[in-house]
Amino acid sequence: MISLLERREKFRTYVSLTINECIKIGYDSLFIVSIVSIFMGAVTTIQTAFNLVGPLIPDYVISLVVRDMTLLELSPTIIAIVFAGKVGSNIAGELGTMRITEQIDALEVMGVNSSSYLVLPKIIASLLMFPILVIISATLAISGGYMAGVLTDVITGQEYIYGLRYEFNPFNIPFALVKSYVFAFIVASISSFQGYYTSGGALEVGKSSTNAVTNSCIFILIADYILAQVLL
Amino acid sequence: MIEIKNISKSFKDKQVLFDISGTFEKGRTNLIIGASGTGKSVLLKCLVGLLEPDVGSVLFDNRNFTNANKNLTTQIRREIGMLFQGSALFDSKNVEENIKFPLDILTNTPENEKIEKVNHCLELVGLEKINDKMPSELSGGMKKRVGIARAIVNDSKYLFCDEPNSGLDPLTAIKIDDLILELTQKLNTTTIVVTHDMNSVVEIGEYIMFLHEGKKLWEGNNKKILKTKVKELNDFVFSNKLMKKIK
Ligand SMILES: Nc1ncnc2c1ncn2[C@@H]1O[C@H](COP(=O)(O)OP(=O)(O)O)[C@@H](O)[C@H]1O
Ligand SMILES: [Mg+2]
Repeated sequence: MISLLERREKFRTYVSLTINECIKIGYDSLFIVSIVSIFMGAVTTIQTAFNLVGPLIPDYVISLVVRDMTLLELSPTIIAIVFAGKVGSNIAGELGTMRITEQIDALEVMGVNSSSYLVLPKIIASLLMFPILVIISATLAISGGYMAGVLTDVITGQEYIYGLRYEFNPFNIPFALVKSYVFAFIVASISSFQGYYTSGGALEVGKSSTNAVTNSCIFILIADYILAQVLL
Repeated sequence: MIEIKNISKSFKDKQVLFDISGTFEKGRTNLIIGASGTGKSVLLKCLVGLLEPDVGSVLFDNRNFTNANKNLTTQIRREIGMLFQGSALFDSKNVEENIKFPLDILTNTPENEKIEKVNHCLELVGLEKINDKMPSELSGGMKKRVGIARAIVNDSKYLFCDEPNSGLDPLTAIKIDDLILELTQKLNTTTIVVTHDMNSVVEIGEYIMFLHEGKKLWEGNNKKILKTKVKELNDFVFSNKLMKKIK
Protein backbone atom coordinates (compact mmCIF):
# COMPACT_ATOMS: atom_id res chain seq x y z
CA MET A 1 0.00 0.00 0.00
CA ILE A 2 2.78 2.46 0.84
CA SER A 3 4.56 1.60 -2.39
CA LEU A 4 1.51 2.97 -4.22
CA LEU A 5 2.52 6.48 -3.32
CA GLU A 6 6.23 6.32 -3.98
CA ARG A 7 8.13 7.01 -7.22
CA ARG A 8 5.14 8.05 -9.23
CA GLU A 9 5.35 8.66 -12.94
CA LYS A 10 4.38 11.84 -14.72
CA PHE A 11 1.06 13.25 -13.60
CA ARG A 12 -0.24 13.47 -17.16
CA THR A 13 0.32 9.76 -17.67
CA TYR A 14 -1.87 9.09 -14.65
CA VAL A 15 -4.66 11.33 -15.88
CA SER A 16 -4.88 9.53 -19.21
CA LEU A 17 -4.60 6.11 -17.56
CA THR A 18 -7.40 7.02 -15.15
CA ILE A 19 -9.64 8.23 -17.95
CA ASN A 20 -9.12 4.96 -19.79
CA GLU A 21 -9.98 3.03 -16.67
CA CYS A 22 -13.09 5.16 -16.11
CA ILE A 23 -14.34 4.16 -19.53
CA LYS A 24 -13.56 0.52 -18.91
CA ILE A 25 -14.94 0.45 -15.38
CA GLY A 26 -17.85 2.87 -15.66
CA TYR A 27 -19.16 3.03 -19.18
CA ASP A 28 -18.73 -0.66 -19.89
CA SER A 29 -20.69 -1.60 -16.76
CA LEU A 30 -23.62 0.59 -17.67
CA PHE A 31 -25.55 -2.08 -19.54
CA ILE A 32 -25.49 -4.78 -16.86
CA VAL A 33 -26.14 -2.22 -14.11
CA SER A 34 -29.18 -0.86 -15.99
CA ILE A 35 -30.69 -4.26 -16.59
CA VAL A 36 -30.20 -5.36 -13.00
CA SER A 37 -31.57 -2.08 -11.62
CA ILE A 38 -34.74 -1.95 -13.68
CA PHE A 39 -35.67 -5.50 -12.76
CA MET A 40 -34.66 -4.96 -9.15
CA GLY A 41 -37.09 -2.02 -8.90
CA ALA A 42 -39.84 -3.83 -10.74
CA VAL A 43 -39.60 -6.95 -8.59
CA THR A 44 -39.42 -4.96 -5.35
CA THR A 45 -42.59 -3.10 -6.29
CA ILE A 46 -44.56 -6.20 -7.12
CA GLN A 47 -43.32 -8.15 -4.12
CA THR A 48 -44.09 -5.28 -1.78
CA ALA A 49 -47.53 -4.87 -3.27
CA PHE A 50 -48.19 -8.56 -2.93
CA ASN A 51 -47.01 -8.80 0.68
CA LEU A 52 -48.03 -5.51 2.21
CA VAL A 53 -51.20 -4.13 0.85
CA GLY A 54 -54.37 -4.76 2.72
CA PRO A 55 -57.43 -2.57 3.18
CA LEU A 56 -55.71 -0.66 6.00
CA ILE A 57 -52.48 0.22 4.25
CA PRO A 58 -52.53 2.87 1.54
CA ASP A 59 -51.04 2.11 -1.86
CA TYR A 60 -48.40 4.83 -1.69
CA VAL A 61 -46.56 2.79 0.96
CA ILE A 62 -45.42 0.56 -1.90
CA SER A 63 -43.35 3.26 -3.58
CA LEU A 64 -42.14 4.53 -0.24
CA VAL A 65 -40.78 1.09 0.54
CA VAL A 66 -39.26 0.78 -2.93
CA ARG A 67 -37.61 4.17 -2.56
CA ASP A 68 -36.04 3.46 0.83
CA MET A 69 -34.99 -0.07 0.03
CA THR A 70 -33.42 0.99 -3.23
CA LEU A 71 -31.51 3.92 -1.81
CA LEU A 72 -30.45 2.38 1.46
CA GLU A 73 -29.70 -1.15 0.49
CA LEU A 74 -30.43 -2.52 -2.96
CA SER A 75 -28.71 -0.02 -5.22
CA PRO A 76 -25.42 0.33 -3.35
CA THR A 77 -25.11 -3.27 -2.21
CA ILE A 78 -26.53 -5.31 -5.07
CA ILE A 79 -24.78 -3.13 -7.63
CA ALA A 80 -21.56 -3.48 -5.63
CA ILE A 81 -21.88 -7.23 -5.94
CA VAL A 82 -22.56 -6.93 -9.65
CA PHE A 83 -19.57 -4.58 -9.80
CA ALA A 84 -17.38 -7.13 -8.01
CA GLY A 85 -18.45 -9.77 -10.52
CA LYS A 86 -17.83 -7.63 -13.56
CA VAL A 87 -15.09 -5.16 -12.71
CA GLY A 88 -13.36 -7.04 -9.87
CA SER A 89 -12.86 -10.21 -11.85
CA ASN A 90 -11.70 -8.13 -14.82
CA ILE A 91 -9.11 -6.25 -12.73
CA ALA A 92 -7.77 -9.42 -11.13
CA GLY A 93 -7.65 -11.24 -14.47
CA GLU A 94 -5.86 -8.39 -16.19
CA LEU A 95 -3.25 -7.87 -13.47
CA GLY A 96 -2.81 -11.61 -13.00
CA THR A 97 -2.15 -12.11 -16.69
CA MET A 98 0.29 -9.21 -16.68
CA ARG A 99 2.09 -10.81 -13.75
CA ILE A 100 2.46 -14.30 -15.18
CA THR A 101 3.46 -13.07 -18.65
CA GLU A 102 6.18 -10.90 -17.04
CA GLN A 103 4.60 -7.64 -18.17
CA ILE A 104 4.82 -6.39 -14.58
CA ASP A 105 8.51 -7.35 -14.47
CA ALA A 106 8.98 -5.49 -17.74
CA LEU A 107 7.52 -2.35 -16.16
CA GLU A 108 9.77 -2.72 -13.13
CA VAL A 109 12.89 -3.16 -15.25
CA MET A 110 12.03 0.11 -17.00
CA GLY A 111 11.98 1.71 -13.57
CA VAL A 112 8.20 2.13 -13.45
CA ASN A 113 6.58 1.68 -10.05
CA SER A 114 4.28 -1.02 -11.34
CA SER A 115 1.95 -1.13 -8.34
CA SER A 116 1.07 2.53 -8.53
CA TYR A 117 1.13 2.63 -12.32
CA LEU A 118 -1.35 -0.22 -12.61
CA VAL A 119 -3.38 -0.10 -9.41
CA LEU A 120 -3.83 3.59 -8.59
CA PRO A 121 -5.76 4.46 -11.80
CA LYS A 122 -8.08 1.52 -11.20
CA ILE A 123 -8.84 2.55 -7.62
CA ILE A 124 -9.39 6.20 -8.55
CA ALA A 125 -11.55 5.28 -11.55
CA SER A 126 -13.66 2.98 -9.37
CA LEU A 127 -14.11 5.70 -6.75
CA LEU A 128 -15.19 8.11 -9.46
CA MET A 129 -17.45 5.83 -11.44
CA PHE A 130 -19.13 3.56 -8.91
CA PRO A 131 -21.12 6.28 -7.10
CA ILE A 132 -22.35 7.46 -10.50
CA LEU A 133 -23.41 3.91 -11.31
CA VAL A 134 -25.26 3.75 -8.00
CA ILE A 135 -27.11 7.00 -8.70
CA ILE A 136 -28.07 5.75 -12.16
CA SER A 137 -29.10 2.44 -10.65
CA ALA A 138 -31.33 4.05 -8.02
CA THR A 139 -33.01 6.21 -10.64
CA LEU A 140 -33.61 3.26 -12.93
CA ALA A 141 -34.80 1.00 -10.12
CA ILE A 142 -37.38 3.54 -9.00
CA SER A 143 -38.48 4.05 -12.61
CA GLY A 144 -38.60 0.29 -13.10
CA GLY A 145 -40.83 0.08 -10.06
CA TYR A 146 -43.12 2.76 -11.50
CA MET A 147 -43.45 0.90 -14.78
CA ALA A 148 -44.10 -2.45 -13.15
CA GLY A 149 -46.55 -0.94 -10.71
CA VAL A 150 -48.56 0.92 -13.35
CA LEU A 151 -48.45 -1.87 -15.94
CA THR A 152 -49.71 -4.50 -13.50
CA ASP A 153 -52.22 -2.10 -11.97
CA VAL A 154 -51.02 -2.51 -8.39
CA ILE A 155 -50.60 1.24 -7.97
CA THR A 156 -51.48 4.34 -9.96
CA GLY A 157 -48.77 6.62 -11.28
CA GLN A 158 -49.93 9.49 -9.09
CA GLU A 159 -49.88 7.45 -5.92
CA TYR A 160 -46.45 6.05 -6.75
CA ILE A 161 -45.05 9.56 -7.04
CA TYR A 162 -46.86 10.68 -3.89
CA GLY A 163 -45.23 7.78 -2.04
CA LEU A 164 -41.79 8.66 -3.37
CA ARG A 165 -42.13 12.13 -1.87
CA TYR A 166 -43.79 11.08 1.38
CA GLU A 167 -41.61 11.60 4.45
CA PHE A 168 -38.43 11.53 2.44
CA ASN A 169 -35.28 11.57 4.58
CA PRO A 170 -32.62 13.45 2.59
CA PHE A 171 -29.89 11.87 4.69
CA ASN A 172 -30.42 8.63 2.76
CA ILE A 173 -28.63 10.05 -0.27
CA PRO A 174 -25.29 10.85 1.41
CA PHE A 175 -25.59 7.51 3.19
CA ALA A 176 -25.91 5.73 -0.14
CA LEU A 177 -22.92 7.66 -1.48
CA VAL A 178 -20.73 6.87 1.51
CA LYS A 179 -21.58 3.23 1.02
CA SER A 180 -20.70 3.49 -2.67
CA TYR A 181 -17.28 4.95 -1.98
CA VAL A 182 -16.49 2.26 0.57
CA PHE A 183 -17.69 -0.56 -1.69
CA ALA A 184 -15.84 0.82 -4.73
CA PHE A 185 -12.63 0.96 -2.74
CA ILE A 186 -13.15 -2.58 -1.41
CA VAL A 187 -13.72 -4.06 -4.87
CA ALA A 188 -10.88 -2.20 -6.61
CA SER A 189 -8.27 -2.75 -3.93
CA ILE A 190 -9.05 -6.38 -3.14
CA SER A 191 -9.19 -7.31 -6.83
CA SER A 192 -5.99 -5.45 -7.62
CA PHE A 193 -4.24 -7.13 -4.72
CA GLN A 194 -5.42 -10.58 -5.81
CA GLY A 195 -4.32 -9.99 -9.40
CA TYR A 196 -1.02 -8.26 -8.66
CA TYR A 197 0.20 -11.04 -6.40
CA THR A 198 -0.75 -13.91 -8.71
CA SER A 199 2.01 -16.44 -9.28
CA GLY A 200 2.04 -19.49 -11.47
CA GLY A 201 0.09 -19.91 -14.66
CA ALA A 202 -3.29 -19.52 -16.32
CA LEU A 203 -4.95 -21.68 -13.68
CA GLU A 204 -3.82 -19.31 -10.93
CA VAL A 205 -5.10 -16.31 -12.88
CA GLY A 206 -8.51 -17.95 -12.88
CA LYS A 207 -8.24 -18.57 -9.14
CA SER A 208 -7.25 -14.96 -8.52
CA SER A 209 -10.31 -13.77 -10.40
CA THR A 210 -12.57 -16.05 -8.41
CA ASN A 211 -10.94 -15.02 -5.14
CA ALA A 212 -11.26 -11.38 -6.08
CA VAL A 213 -15.02 -11.75 -6.51
CA THR A 214 -15.58 -13.94 -3.44
CA ASN A 215 -13.46 -11.81 -1.12
CA SER A 216 -14.94 -8.58 -2.44
CA CYS A 217 -18.47 -9.87 -1.85
CA ILE A 218 -17.69 -10.96 1.69
CA PHE A 219 -16.07 -7.65 2.57
CA ILE A 220 -18.89 -5.70 0.93
CA LEU A 221 -21.44 -7.44 3.13
CA ILE A 222 -19.36 -6.99 6.27
CA ALA A 223 -18.84 -3.30 5.47
CA ASP A 224 -22.55 -2.99 4.71
CA TYR A 225 -23.42 -4.26 8.16
CA ILE A 226 -20.85 -2.05 9.90
CA LEU A 227 -21.95 1.07 8.02
CA ALA A 228 -25.58 0.41 8.81
CA GLN A 229 -24.67 0.09 12.49
CA VAL A 230 -22.52 3.20 12.55
CA LEU A 231 -24.43 5.59 10.33
CA LEU A 232 -28.12 4.79 10.79
CA MET B 1 30.97 -4.11 -18.72
CA ILE B 2 29.01 -5.83 -16.00
CA GLU B 3 30.70 -7.58 -13.11
CA ILE B 4 29.03 -9.85 -10.61
CA LYS B 5 30.71 -10.67 -7.35
CA ASN B 6 29.87 -13.61 -5.10
CA ILE B 7 26.15 -13.65 -5.72
CA SER B 8 24.06 -16.01 -3.59
CA LYS B 9 20.31 -16.15 -3.49
CA SER B 10 17.81 -18.27 -1.56
CA PHE B 11 14.05 -18.47 -1.48
CA LYS B 12 12.92 -19.27 2.03
CA ASP B 13 15.09 -22.24 2.99
CA LYS B 14 15.93 -23.25 -0.58
CA GLN B 15 19.23 -21.90 -1.90
CA VAL B 16 19.13 -21.32 -5.66
CA LEU B 17 22.41 -19.53 -6.42
CA PHE B 18 25.76 -20.29 -4.80
CA ASP B 19 28.53 -17.69 -4.81
CA ILE B 20 28.59 -16.75 -8.49
CA SER B 21 31.16 -14.31 -9.88
CA GLY B 22 32.01 -13.32 -13.41
CA THR B 23 32.63 -10.50 -15.85
CA PHE B 24 30.53 -9.72 -18.90
CA GLU B 25 32.41 -7.58 -21.41
CA LYS B 26 31.02 -4.81 -23.56
CA GLY B 27 30.33 -5.31 -27.27
CA ARG B 28 30.06 -9.05 -27.11
CA THR B 29 27.35 -11.61 -26.45
CA ASN B 30 27.74 -13.17 -23.03
CA LEU B 31 25.83 -16.38 -22.45
CA ILE B 32 24.58 -17.92 -19.24
CA ILE B 33 23.76 -21.55 -19.98
CA GLY B 34 22.52 -24.53 -18.02
CA ALA B 35 19.65 -26.99 -17.76
CA SER B 36 16.14 -25.85 -16.81
CA GLY B 37 15.70 -25.01 -13.16
CA THR B 38 19.37 -24.32 -12.39
CA GLY B 39 18.73 -20.68 -11.58
CA LYS B 40 19.56 -18.86 -14.81
CA SER B 41 16.47 -16.68 -14.71
CA VAL B 42 16.98 -16.00 -11.02
CA LEU B 43 20.54 -14.84 -11.75
CA LEU B 44 19.31 -12.62 -14.55
CA LYS B 45 16.65 -11.13 -12.29
CA CYS B 46 19.33 -10.39 -9.69
CA LEU B 47 21.33 -8.65 -12.41
CA VAL B 48 18.52 -6.34 -13.52
CA GLY B 49 17.34 -5.64 -9.99
CA LEU B 50 14.03 -7.54 -10.08
CA LEU B 51 15.39 -9.67 -7.25
CA GLU B 52 17.84 -8.65 -4.56
CA PRO B 53 20.75 -11.05 -4.05
CA ASP B 54 21.22 -12.17 -0.41
CA VAL B 55 24.97 -11.81 -0.72
CA GLY B 56 27.14 -10.25 -3.39
CA SER B 57 26.97 -7.29 -5.70
CA VAL B 58 26.38 -6.34 -9.33
CA LEU B 59 28.50 -3.62 -10.91
CA PHE B 60 27.51 -1.79 -14.08
CA ASP B 61 30.71 -0.18 -15.41
CA ASN B 62 32.05 0.02 -11.87
CA ARG B 63 28.83 1.49 -10.48
CA ASN B 64 27.45 -0.68 -7.71
CA PHE B 65 23.81 -1.40 -8.55
CA THR B 66 23.04 -3.64 -5.60
CA ASN B 67 22.99 -0.98 -2.92
CA ALA B 68 22.80 2.08 -5.12
CA ASN B 69 20.91 5.17 -4.00
CA LYS B 70 17.70 6.18 -5.75
CA ASN B 71 19.30 8.42 -8.36
CA LEU B 72 21.88 5.89 -9.41
CA THR B 73 19.27 3.13 -9.55
CA THR B 74 17.09 5.24 -11.83
CA GLN B 75 20.07 6.16 -13.97
CA ILE B 76 21.19 2.55 -14.44
CA ARG B 77 17.61 1.37 -15.04
CA ARG B 78 17.38 3.78 -17.96
CA GLU B 79 20.38 2.12 -19.53
CA ILE B 80 18.95 -1.39 -19.24
CA GLY B 81 16.88 -3.08 -21.92
CA MET B 82 15.43 -6.52 -21.38
CA LEU B 83 13.82 -9.12 -23.61
CA PHE B 84 11.66 -11.48 -21.58
CA GLN B 85 11.09 -15.16 -22.19
CA GLY B 86 7.53 -14.66 -23.39
CA SER B 87 8.36 -11.23 -24.88
CA ALA B 88 6.17 -9.53 -22.22
CA LEU B 89 4.64 -7.09 -24.69
CA PHE B 90 1.80 -5.05 -23.19
CA ASP B 91 -1.36 -6.68 -24.61
CA SER B 92 -3.38 -3.50 -24.43
CA LYS B 93 -0.93 -1.50 -26.56
CA ASN B 94 -0.09 -1.88 -30.23
CA VAL B 95 3.43 -2.46 -31.54
CA GLU B 96 4.27 1.21 -31.87
CA GLU B 97 2.98 2.06 -28.38
CA ASN B 98 4.86 -0.90 -26.93
CA ILE B 99 8.18 0.18 -28.39
CA LYS B 100 7.54 3.83 -27.60
CA PHE B 101 6.65 3.06 -23.98
CA PRO B 102 10.16 3.32 -22.45
CA LEU B 103 10.56 6.70 -24.16
CA ASP B 104 7.21 7.88 -22.82
CA ILE B 105 8.11 6.83 -19.31
CA LEU B 106 11.80 7.65 -19.14
CA THR B 107 12.37 10.64 -21.42
CA ASN B 108 10.89 13.94 -22.50
CA THR B 109 11.52 13.32 -26.20
CA PRO B 110 9.01 15.11 -28.48
CA GLU B 111 6.38 12.84 -30.02
CA ASN B 112 7.64 12.98 -33.64
CA GLU B 113 11.18 12.08 -32.57
CA LYS B 114 9.80 9.16 -30.59
CA ILE B 115 7.98 7.84 -33.66
CA GLU B 116 11.15 8.24 -35.71
CA LYS B 117 13.08 6.25 -33.12
CA VAL B 118 10.40 3.55 -33.03
CA ASN B 119 10.55 3.19 -36.81
CA HIS B 120 14.34 3.10 -36.73
CA CYS B 121 14.30 0.30 -34.14
CA LEU B 122 11.68 -1.63 -36.09
CA GLU B 123 13.98 -1.38 -39.09
CA LEU B 124 16.92 -2.61 -37.01
CA VAL B 125 15.02 -5.73 -35.96
CA GLY B 126 13.83 -6.32 -39.52
CA LEU B 127 10.18 -5.46 -39.10
CA GLU B 128 8.50 -2.58 -40.83
CA LYS B 129 4.99 -1.22 -41.25
CA ILE B 130 3.49 -3.23 -38.42
CA ASN B 131 3.10 -0.21 -36.11
CA ASP B 132 -0.65 -0.66 -35.71
CA LYS B 133 -0.70 -4.39 -35.09
CA MET B 134 -1.63 -5.69 -31.64
CA PRO B 135 0.68 -8.22 -29.92
CA SER B 136 -1.99 -10.92 -30.27
CA GLU B 137 -1.72 -10.63 -34.06
CA LEU B 138 2.02 -11.35 -34.13
CA SER B 139 3.85 -14.65 -34.48
CA GLY B 140 6.27 -15.78 -31.77
CA GLY B 141 9.32 -14.66 -33.71
CA MET B 142 7.81 -11.25 -34.47
CA LYS B 143 6.95 -10.77 -30.79
CA LYS B 144 10.58 -11.42 -29.89
CA ARG B 145 11.71 -8.89 -32.46
CA VAL B 146 9.30 -6.29 -31.13
CA GLY B 147 10.52 -7.14 -27.61
CA ILE B 148 14.10 -6.55 -28.75
CA ALA B 149 13.11 -3.27 -30.41
CA ARG B 150 11.51 -2.16 -27.14
CA ALA B 151 14.65 -3.18 -25.24
CA ILE B 152 16.98 -1.08 -27.40
CA VAL B 153 14.78 1.93 -28.14
CA ASN B 154 16.12 4.06 -25.30
CA ASP B 155 19.75 3.59 -26.49
CA SER B 156 20.27 0.90 -23.88
CA LYS B 157 23.85 0.17 -22.92
CA TYR B 158 22.98 -3.16 -21.39
CA LEU B 159 20.84 -5.72 -23.14
CA PHE B 160 19.44 -8.75 -21.27
CA CYS B 161 17.66 -11.61 -22.98
CA ASP B 162 15.97 -14.48 -21.14
CA GLU B 163 15.72 -17.50 -23.43
CA PRO B 164 15.29 -15.42 -26.60
CA ASN B 165 14.62 -18.46 -28.76
CA SER B 166 12.42 -20.59 -26.53
CA GLY B 167 9.27 -21.59 -28.33
CA LEU B 168 10.62 -20.76 -31.77
CA ASP B 169 11.39 -23.08 -34.67
CA PRO B 170 15.14 -23.70 -35.22
CA LEU B 171 15.38 -21.41 -38.23
CA THR B 172 13.67 -18.43 -36.55
CA ALA B 173 15.67 -19.15 -33.40
CA ILE B 174 18.95 -18.77 -35.27
CA LYS B 175 17.72 -15.57 -36.90
CA ILE B 176 16.93 -14.10 -33.48
CA ASP B 177 20.38 -15.15 -32.20
CA ASP B 178 22.04 -13.53 -35.17
CA LEU B 179 20.00 -10.39 -34.64
CA ILE B 180 21.13 -10.18 -31.02
CA LEU B 181 24.77 -10.65 -32.06
CA GLU B 182 24.46 -8.07 -34.83
CA LEU B 183 22.81 -5.48 -32.56
CA THR B 184 25.38 -6.07 -29.83
CA GLN B 185 28.18 -5.27 -32.25
CA LYS B 186 26.38 -2.41 -34.00
CA LEU B 187 25.22 -0.68 -30.83
CA ASN B 188 28.20 -1.80 -28.73
CA THR B 189 26.01 -3.04 -25.86
CA THR B 190 26.94 -5.32 -23.01
CA THR B 191 24.67 -8.21 -23.84
CA ILE B 192 23.78 -11.09 -21.56
CA VAL B 193 21.74 -13.95 -22.96
CA VAL B 194 20.28 -16.76 -20.89
CA THR B 195 19.77 -19.91 -22.91
CA HIS B 196 19.75 -23.68 -22.87
CA ASP B 197 19.90 -23.95 -26.64
CA MET B 198 23.15 -25.49 -27.93
CA ASN B 199 22.70 -23.84 -31.33
CA SER B 200 22.95 -20.41 -29.73
CA VAL B 201 25.93 -21.54 -27.71
CA VAL B 202 27.82 -22.46 -30.85
CA GLU B 203 26.56 -19.49 -32.88
CA ILE B 204 26.97 -16.55 -30.55
CA GLY B 205 28.87 -17.77 -27.45
CA GLU B 206 31.65 -15.23 -27.22
CA TYR B 207 31.69 -15.70 -23.48
CA ILE B 208 29.87 -18.56 -21.78
CA MET B 209 29.12 -19.13 -18.13
CA PHE B 210 27.83 -22.61 -17.30
CA LEU B 211 25.55 -23.03 -14.30
CA HIS B 212 24.71 -26.35 -12.73
CA GLU B 213 22.36 -26.55 -9.76
CA GLY B 214 23.03 -22.94 -8.92
CA LYS B 215 26.81 -23.14 -9.07
CA LYS B 216 29.14 -21.80 -11.72
CA LEU B 217 31.08 -24.85 -12.95
CA TRP B 218 32.78 -23.49 -16.03
CA GLU B 219 33.42 -20.37 -18.10
CA GLY B 220 34.91 -19.93 -21.54
CA ASN B 221 33.80 -19.46 -25.13
CA ASN B 222 32.22 -21.46 -27.95
CA LYS B 223 35.59 -22.72 -29.18
CA LYS B 224 36.65 -24.14 -25.85
CA ILE B 225 33.28 -25.56 -24.86
CA LEU B 226 33.45 -28.60 -27.15
CA LYS B 227 36.73 -29.71 -25.60
CA THR B 228 35.67 -29.31 -22.01
CA LYS B 229 36.54 -31.91 -19.39
CA VAL B 230 33.88 -30.87 -16.88
CA LYS B 231 31.53 -33.82 -16.70
CA GLU B 232 28.29 -31.88 -16.09
CA LEU B 233 29.04 -29.53 -18.98
CA ASN B 234 29.92 -32.43 -21.22
CA ASP B 235 26.59 -34.06 -20.44
CA PHE B 236 24.85 -30.79 -21.21
CA VAL B 237 26.68 -30.08 -24.47
CA PHE B 238 26.51 -33.60 -25.83
CA SER B 239 22.99 -34.33 -24.65
CA ASN B 240 21.66 -35.28 -28.06
CA LYS B 241 22.78 -38.13 -30.26
CA LEU B 242 23.81 -35.98 -33.19
CA MET B 243 26.23 -33.97 -31.09
CA LYS B 244 27.62 -37.21 -29.65
CA LYS B 245 28.25 -38.52 -33.13
CA ILE B 246 30.01 -35.33 -34.16
CA LYS B 247 32.20 -35.66 -31.13
N1 LIG C 1 10.13 -16.43 -6.82
C1 LIG C 1 10.58 -17.66 -6.52
N2 LIG C 1 10.25 -18.22 -5.33
C2 LIG C 1 10.71 -19.44 -4.98
N3 LIG C 1 11.49 -20.21 -5.78
C3 LIG C 1 11.83 -19.73 -6.97
C4 LIG C 1 11.40 -18.42 -7.41
N4 LIG C 1 11.91 -18.20 -8.64
C5 LIG C 1 12.62 -19.30 -8.96
N5 LIG C 1 12.59 -20.22 -7.95
C6 LIG C 1 13.26 -21.53 -7.96
O1 LIG C 1 14.58 -21.32 -8.37
C7 LIG C 1 15.01 -22.37 -9.21
C8 LIG C 1 15.62 -21.84 -10.46
O2 LIG C 1 14.64 -21.27 -11.28
P1 LIG C 1 14.95 -20.52 -12.65
O3 LIG C 1 16.00 -19.50 -12.42
O4 LIG C 1 13.65 -20.03 -13.19
O5 LIG C 1 15.49 -21.68 -13.57
P2 LIG C 1 15.97 -21.60 -15.07
O6 LIG C 1 17.42 -21.90 -15.02
O7 LIG C 1 15.22 -22.65 -15.81
O8 LIG C 1 15.68 -20.22 -15.58
C9 LIG C 1 13.82 -23.27 -9.45
O9 LIG C 1 13.97 -24.42 -8.69
C10 LIG C 1 12.65 -22.45 -8.97
O10 LIG C 1 11.71 -23.29 -8.38
MG1 LIG D 1 14.31 -19.46 -17.04
